Amino acid sequence: MNLKDIVSTGKKATRDGFGDGLHEVSMTNDNVVALCADLIGSLKMNKFIDAHPKRFFQVGIAEANMMGLAAGLATAGKIPYTGTFANFSTARVYDQVRQSIAYSDKNVKICASHAGLTLGEDGATHQTLEDIGMMKMLPGMTVINPCDYNQTKQATIAIADHHGPVYLRFGRPSWPMFTENMPFEIGKALMLSEGTDVTIVATGHLVWKAVEAAKQLAEEGISCELINIHTIKPLDEEAILKSVAKTGCIVTAEEHNVYGGLGESVAGLLARKQPTPIEMVAVNDTFGESGKVPDLIAKYGLDTVDVYNATKRVLKRK
Amino acid sequence: MADLQKLQNIATQSRRDIIRMVSNVASGHPGGSLGCAEFFTALYFEVMEHDTNFNMDGKGEDMFFLSNGHISPIWYSTLARVGYFPVEELNTFRKLNTRLQGHPATHEGLPGIRIASGSLGQGLSVATGVALSKKMDGDQHLVYVLAGDGELQEGQVWEAAMFAAHYKVDNVILTVDWNGQQIDGPNDEVMSLGDLPAKWASFGWEVVIMENGNDMENVLATLAEAKAKTGQGKPIVILMRTEMGYGIDFMVGTHKWHGKAPNAEQTENALSQLEETLGDYPA
Repeated sequence: MNLKDIVSTGKKATRDGFGDGLHEVSMTNDNVVALCADLIGSLKMNKFIDAHPKRFFQVGIAEANMMGLAAGLATAGKIPYTGTFANFSTARVYDQVRQSIAYSDKNVKICASHAGLTLGEDGATHQTLEDIGMMKMLPGMTVINPCDYNQTKQATIAIADHHGPVYLRFGRPSWPMFTENMPFEIGKALMLSEGTDVTIVATGHLVWKAVEAAKQLAEEGISCELINIHTIKPLDEEAILKSVAKTGCIVTAEEHNVYGGLGESVAGLLARKQPTPIEMVAVNDTFGESGKVPDLIAKYGLDTVDVYNATKRVLKRK
Repeated sequence: MADLQKLQNIATQSRRDIIRMVSNVASGHPGGSLGCAEFFTALYFEVMEHDTNFNMDGKGEDMFFLSNGHISPIWYSTLARVGYFPVEELNTFRKLNTRLQGHPATHEGLPGIRIASGSLGQGLSVATGVALSKKMDGDQHLVYVLAGDGELQEGQVWEAAMFAAHYKVDNVILTVDWNGQQIDGPNDEVMSLGDLPAKWASFGWEVVIMENGNDMENVLATLAEAKAKTGQGKPIVILMRTEMGYGIDFMVGTHKWHGKAPNAEQTENALSQLEETLGDYPA
């Protein structure tokens, strides 16, 4: 696809993609059930609940129990989707997820909204920037961080047919939509735009920032190869290695701590297989704070200009 | 009518298995295992409808979950003796490449195990999830889960207790091994459990007291009483009085053998107190 053809067709939240995807997959897959820990509205689960009241369990504010219930439902052959905020889907219940779900290889879909800084005013208690790291460290866990409404909907549907535990991470704010009619396959990088000078791999909300930065760089004659890594684990190593073999340098971009995220996975891969100059756009090992989404994005170095500057820096290191 | 002597012989042989397993690797948890021998024997050899040709989803059968996973020796012995896997495999307990992990796990594919346990407090949630699924599928079979009494100090247990009552999960029977001991000492010294029957009742559960969980007749009668109370809108808890270390005179009634294996001399002494009723597994 040509970079200039990647355009926003409007704005919707990724969590809306989850709600619509859950409803859609439940209409054809009778084994899909859902649980929520007192955040039905925030997770956009009402459509599912209206369609299948008996396949939904409100568990109250009891996330640890929710993970155990999901493990039990999966043991008996159901495909449970759990819904709560990302912080309460990971840090709060890490041991339950580790023992009852991951180690026990349960087919549970942990669906986590309000990830990262972009939930805004609620502040750092809710803004998890560590969740990707925690979840990718669990053996057998698939970790997916879609980039817009459509991709989140696609991912929500796709994970029902993927056996094994999945962490699906999405967010709160309205965000540009640009992946309509693009394919989605778990574990397969999405090539957004081919280029020759530098590779940019981005995940989640930061993909759109990377698109904007690549467009600016193109005006200066810099050709960016723009790749969307929606599946952080298992990582599409082949796509990344192939791209850097061509471009010779890479920028990673994500709404997560620089430790434990996509950038670290990519750096590890390149250090092992093909040492390559790398710059990372991520939160620099700090907690977030209250504020408006654009202000937070700017203050914590996750904006278009940050991807642009990182790209300029890495080009100098080639 | 159950053959009490036959069941007691199985429980006694399981006690020998427990001692030999933990002694063999100088690690493991004999105390709680010994105390629950009658319960496991009754459940697997008399009470539950279950298929030793193991199916993970357990559709159309009663299912058992062990929340206090450290008493794996008694579970493994029972599963082997009832036919889930060869008794010879008990000799691999806690050794490298074994399916009989220190704490129960599904990872190595041991038949009979449906969830990992060891980190405490999680089993009731899992069992309740399975019970919900049985209700959705119209499966009339029951879900049994065993938890330790010290384990009730975990908050997740009470999250699950609240949930099961709210959703009227009346096809789950929780048994609490009420031996009054945990690894650091008596419950009352470590962290008092308070009035357990009143606590469970106030959470909306049907409470059944088992006065002597080391008496096979009492175990069978209480399990039957609990089963008769299923399907009436309330989850059921059996508060099962047992003695940790039951069956071995120097282990009984103390927390000191919670997580410690006997040495060679102690092992000989322990085994001399237990008749080899069904034949020991080969060393």
